[in-house]
Amino acid sequence: MLFLVQDGITNGAIYALLGLALVLVFAVTRVILIPQGEFVTYGALTYASLAAGQMPGTAKLALALGIGAFAFDLFVARRALHARLVVRSFITNIVLPSIVLALTLYFAAQKPPVPVCIALSLVIVAMIGLYLYRIAFQPLAHTSVLVLLIASVGVHLALQGLGLLFFGAEGQRGPAVLSGAFTAGALRFTGQSITVYAITIAFIVALWLFFGLTLYGKALRATAVNRLGARLAGIRTTLSGQIAFLLASVIGALSGIMIVPITTLYYDSGFLIGLKGFVAAIIGGLVSYPLTAAAALVVGIVEAFSSFYASNYKEVIVFMLLIPVLLLRSLAAPAVEEEKD
Amino acid sequence: MQSRLPILVFAALMAAIPFVPGMPPFWIVLLDNIGLAALVAMGLVLLTGVGGLTSFGQAAFVGFGAYTTAVLSTAYGLSPWLTLPLSLVVSGSLAVLLGLITVRLSGHYLPLGTLAWGLGLFYLFSKLEFLGRNDGISAIPPLSIGAFKMLSPGSIYYAIWVAVIVSALLTMNLLDSRTGRAIRALRRGHVAAEAFGVHTPRAKLLVFIHAAVLAGLSGWLYAHLQRAVNPTPFGAQAGIEYLFIAVVGGAGYVWGGVLGAAIVVVLKEVLQSYLPLILPGSGQVETIVFGIMLVALLQLAPGGLWPWLISFLPERTGGRKPDTSLKLEHRARTVGESGVLLQVEKARKQFGGVVAVNNVSFDVQAREIVALIGPNGAGKSTTFNLITGVLSATSGSISVLGRKVDNAPPQEIVKLGISRTFQHVKLVPDMTVLENVAIGAHLRGHSGPISSMLRLDRADEAKLLAEAARQIERVGLAEQMHQLAGSLSLGQQRIVEIARALCVDPMLLLLDEPAAGLRHMEKQRLATLLRDLRDDGMSVLLVEHDMGFVMNLADRIVVLDFGTKIAEGTPATIKTNPEVIKAYLGVAA
Repeated sequence: MLFLVQDGITNGAIYALLGLALVLVFAVTRVILIPQGEFVTYGALTYASLAAGQMPGTAKLALALGIGAFAFDLFVARRALHARLVVRSFITNIVLPSIVLALTLYFAAQKPPVPVCIALSLVIVAMIGLYLYRIAFQPLAHTSVLVLLIASVGVHLALQGLGLLFFGAEGQRGPAVLSGAFTAGALRFTGQSITVYAITIAFIVALWLFFGLTLYGKALRATAVNRLGARLAGIRTTLSGQIAFLLASVIGALSGIMIVPITTLYYDSGFLIGLKGFVAAIIGGLVSYPLTAAAALVVGIVEAFSSFYASNYKEVIVFMLLIPVLLLRSLAAPAVEEEKD
Repeated sequence: MQSRLPILVFAALMAAIPFVPGMPPFWIVLLDNIGLAALVAMGLVLLTGVGGLTSFGQAAFVGFGAYTTAVLSTAYGLSPWLTLPLSLVVSGSLAVLLGLITVRLSGHYLPLGTLAWGLGLFYLFSKLEFLGRNDGISAIPPLSIGAFKMLSPGSIYYAIWVAVIVSALLTMNLLDSRTGRAIRALRRGHVAAEAFGVHTPRAKLLVFIHAAVLAGLSGWLYAHLQRAVNPTPFGAQAGIEYLFIAVVGGAGYVWGGVLGAAIVVVLKEVLQSYLPLILPGSGQVETIVFGIMLVALLQLAPGGLWPWLISFLPERTGGRKPDTSLKLEHRARTVGESGVLLQVEKARKQFGGVVAVNNVSFDVQAREIVALIGPNGAGKSTTFNLITGVLSATSGSISVLGRKVDNAPPQEIVKLGISRTFQHVKLVPDMTVLENVAIGAHLRGHSGPISSMLRLDRADEAKLLAEAARQIERVGLAEQMHQLAGSLSLGQQRIVEIARALCVDPMLLLLDEPAAGLRHMEKQRLATLLRDLRDDGMSVLLVEHDMGFVMNLADRIVVLDFGTKIAEGTPATIKTNPEVIKAYLGVAA
């Protein structure tokens, strides 16, 4: 019994991280980030490929997207091409991914140690997230949630297809981030699960500090509440969007790296994992971080129990978990909200 | 009403296609698939584009329709024509069930909620024994009329496209009706619609059912086209795909759904068959290109392709003016609409620690214009919201004609003959002035959705539009009757709101800053109109900042400051009241 709870908490911790990222991105940019799952698989499979001494295609994708982002920047600024702007865009969008690509090429040939793999995977996926926002979502920032959602689906499809191209249809596993294990009573704690707990807690605390105490965090919150107002107050809302996507992709990649030593991941596994993060985020109302984290643990535990007792209906049970929650929310009649087109 | 001619031409064209010599049979299969997708997308147009309710779960309803007929026609040997109504009923009633749970959720909960149950139901389809688990059900009998069996894609083609065109007509009829206006008002929030008696949760449920029934119909046709079902086409991916068919086509337009279906089905087909020739490589290249094209399409035309296409057509000027000689029955009146109409007693509203309205008492008599004035933040609009049931009072009581109406919902308040305008204009910008104003007469019409779809509502509808046109003429906007409400100046939009409120046939009119944004002459015309209304027996309670306007018009003035009533009396006494002067000009004055 207890081991099921433990298993659930480990999975739940991952869902919590993903749920937090979804809440963050939605609040700031109004994008329901369906590609979050791809960030997970990209992170995981990039890490696993590197560890196996293979060159991950994601590094090239980052450069390609960077070139695209640079082109978008140039196009938008075509009437007033200031040297500073061009140079800055060139450095973030071209130079940075080129360096990372070179490093990846260099390291991939020699089976790098785990920390190097982690660092490279995180940076690669982070860049992909950043450039994706620039290319796909920033031009649509003024449109409705629905259009953003469909764009999000488009990005998800493209990334999933690319995932197959990069990593093949075979599943992969990566080396443990922290090996070793110890036993406490009936439970066995692996280094990997301890890492999952530690990183999740660290991230939740870090996010809380970031939003509560830093100027950027406050700017992000302001953007979330009122985009126009934030702009009038001098906050660059595009910067807020970029930060949100950067955080989300890092969180996604990190989650992937943490689970790929535990379960085999395929190029299309991310979608389902991301959706469970969604379930947690919805239960948390897409606004509350602590509630989302708590809900994610519940989702993880329910999943663990149902896969043990009724494995056939595991997914049904997890997704149907939402219905009573939605019922409760609809009974607690929503407040007056208007014209959020 | 839109002309039927283009639809007839389209129907004739579709009917002729299979007879074109040399038409590859594969194209007919594509057209079948387009028709099936168009049915679902059409439902989504109504649900998402018009009603503002995003659903990812439509594929599940297609699944319900398909599995219902699959099970009944194979295991129980029912005729497919008998299973048609059953398929529709099953998807419709499940829509009621899921709708009751989810449609009251708004904004982002709804799409995510539908995504979740869409997924859950997909897994259920693939796990249930009597649905054949992952293998599904095969050997479904074909549709047949007499001895004619629709075995080939070419023969079921007609069944599919008749369904598409009939559904499109019914859907368009529904949108162009009393119920349709209520649905179209949903997307702009529910406060305005409810203030005129629209039961918004019911309207949302209605579109939810409509969309689900269309999806069920598509599923029923699908099952008899393929003559086999399995869970794959009813999963989350398909649910997402239906939604972007609607968005790509133009989510606000019935024909946008059909266009979107055509584009997406053809595009996928082309990508699947030709892309491997250009870019040989391991599969799924088409998914990548498809995803990229989708994003690119949205960046180029965020509103979808249909509106982009029809923007090339010459603009249609004006609509037919309704026949204003038709009379609409008056609102059922309570006896004795005289004496004290409205009595507010010690009304109090607290938002957390803030007391927005602090034990305010006043009344409005019959045939009287009362003005509620006070500096910004004095609690005037909150008082309005308390009276009209948008907000419920923390304490105190509000009675209409001597009867307490505390915390009655807005739909009940308007039935008592109290109608209102809003400080921040709440019109539906993409509806014409006439249609917006007709929402005001919502409670005076009777036609329901079914009669609207079948066009049995025309007599009722003509009377509603006639009343709306009369009120528009009365407020002096006859010229703008057929313009979109969003294209009018803010001042004119306020006047449109007054016409809409007049359509209720009210005894008491509540106007929230009606003169803001009006020019001098327009203000004078408004004052004349309000005096006329009073002389005809109506009472007016208005919030206004323009002192000249208020002093010349009001019979009595109530002054609020920081939520508290500080004075009440005729304009002459208010002008010299030291408390009022202090509130407006400060102590030194």
